[in-house]
Amino acid sequence: MEERFIIELTQSLKNFLPEVSLTVTLSLVILLDLIFGRRFKNIGAFVSLAGLVVTLFFTIKQYGGSYQIFRGMFVVDPYSTFFKFVFLLSAFVIVIFSLQSYELRETSARRRIGEYYFFILSLTLGAFLMAGSVNLIMMYLSLELVSISSYILAGYIKESERSSEASMKYVIYGALSSGLMIYGISLVYGLTGELNIYAINASFLSSGYSPIVLMISLVLILAGFGYKISAVPFHYWTPDVYEGAPITVTAFLSVSSKAAGFAMLVRFLKASFIDRTITLGIEGAWAVIQGLPLTEIVAVLSALTMTVGNIIAIWQNNLKRMLAYSSIAHAGYILMGVVVMQNLGISAMLIYFLAYLFMNLGAFYCVMLVAEKTGSEDIEVYKGLGYRAPFLSIVFTIFLVSLTGIPPTFGFIGKLYLFSALINAKVIWLAVVGVLNSVVSLYYYIRVVRNMFLGDPESGKEPINFSPAHIVVMLILVIPTLLFGVYFTPIVNFAQISVAMFGLR
Amino acid sequence: MLVNLSGLKSVGLEHFLIIGAILFSLGIYAVVTRKNAIMVLMGIELILNSANINFIAFSKYSTADLSGHLAAIFVIILAAAEAAIAIAIVLNIYKNFLTINIDEIDNLKR
Repeated sequence: MEERFIIELTQSLKNFLPEVSLTVTLSLVILLDLIFGRRFKNIGAFVSLAGLVVTLFFTIKQYGGSYQIFRGMFVVDPYSTFFKFVFLLSAFVIVIFSLQSYELRETSARRRIGEYYFFILSLTLGAFLMAGSVNLIMMYLSLELVSISSYILAGYIKESERSSEASMKYVIYGALSSGLMIYGISLVYGLTGELNIYAINASFLSSGYSPIVLMISLVLILAGFGYKISAVPFHYWTPDVYEGAPITVTAFLSVSSKAAGFAMLVRFLKASFIDRTITLGIEGAWAVIQGLPLTEIVAVLSALTMTVGNIIAIWQNNLKRMLAYSSIAHAGYILMGVVVMQNLGISAMLIYFLAYLFMNLGAFYCVMLVAEKTGSEDIEVYKGLGYRAPFLSIVFTIFLVSLTGIPPTFGFIGKLYLFSALINAKVIWLAVVGVLNSVVSLYYYIRVVRNMFLGDPESGKEPINFSPAHIVVMLILVIPTLLFGVYFTPIVNFAQISVAMFGLR
Repeated sequence: MLVNLSGLKSVGLEHFLIIGAILFSLGIYAVVTRKNAIMVLMGIELILNSANINFIAFSKYSTADLSGHLAAIFVIILAAAEAAIAIAIVLNIYKNFLTINIDEIDNLKR
């Protein structure tokens, strides 16, 4: 008995290497920063980068397999591994951003910079766990690991009123929605007597359920997910937190934390509420268990999220706040892939996440550079920027065009697959709403471009120069945005084989 | 002194669930109506504890295993971690704004 347990444990740990290496890295970051932090300011960043590369190596080695470990607490499958690539890439880029960030360099945060990288890594670890956990308590704990790290990161610049206000709003909204979620989980536990999502599904199918109680608990659990992905009734924290937090943190939250929320949401919906006894005739389609209007709920969430995000974004003059609303709208677009309830929609969602990673991080990077040089994130300072900083303006324009979804950019490919999945599943009304929303979003993205190129450069303003390091980072982000907009077949293939989840067709 | 405990035999799952639901509602009420950040956090603690009561009641009355008890223990640990972080953040708010009334802390543009 004991021997079997030890064999199981070693087997599980072998498949848990990416997470283990992240844990080792984050311990090393805090330890080395304590010892050498005074002499080498950036040691935390370089240790983090090295650790992320090692983790990437283990993650690549893991790709393709599909098994559950730790007695059904956690699964390793292509779906979770795909998301791990997204988290690793965004963490890598964010550490590089942070090395160049003026906010972290010129405030009291520079004395605690080692801990900053510690929290970046622990957020990534939490996101890794979120992508793979299949037990409701494990899901809840990993969601909280992400949340608690991000509360601290949002308020990292202690003396800044904006930053501390952002972290307080974040912690109150976050704690409330996670409380609602755990109450919902307790109801599901009472309904089925299980915490593993596959066992929950089996219990729904074999011994039935009360639709009303299930509905209530699903809505409560969706509150937790909705807060993480900033879907509309739970989005109130997003603009304030994104505006107040340091910009590197904002960029990180908008990609990693959102992707983790989506990874967990889709696995939860697909594993728990699917009826395996019904075959729909379409390859990769899943039927929802009876009496649960899941498709309709998600469709309404999606339509509301993108409409509210896009319409409020029009009125924003602060670029960071505008990008916050735009990220709400993008959550709405990505939810369109979930509405389809087919593997086609999930693969479209994965493609969109890769696109979103490059273009959103790129847009935030440009805002960060302009804010560093001009001291403001207001749209007014972008007037005439096309003449003062032509390279940055062109790159920023590409990111904004990609966010709108105009060819030949990666954002267009992402949207194309989302819409085609929707039309394939005959959810035409939502596709129409999505297209109309893209038109609305064009207005506020292009407003920035118009200010940059058509606004009058105010006299006496000399050109802005960027260091080669800045230009390299911009190129690293802009080249994939353009390249994958034209040469997208490998990405699409990669996403299509990555929809495979453990134990599900 | 002997205490008559025979009345306790009729206490069932429903009683615990009702207490849980009442605690949950009180928690929501506190979060919605209170202006003091600490009071709001206390409301959130009530919500977490209502989930704990549910977990343990379900574990005792309707399932045979201990997973509900374990879930409750994890939630207690997590509530402690969250409270520590939240109170640190509120302390920092007090340093910057000299108030913890969440209606007055509203500098970011609406």
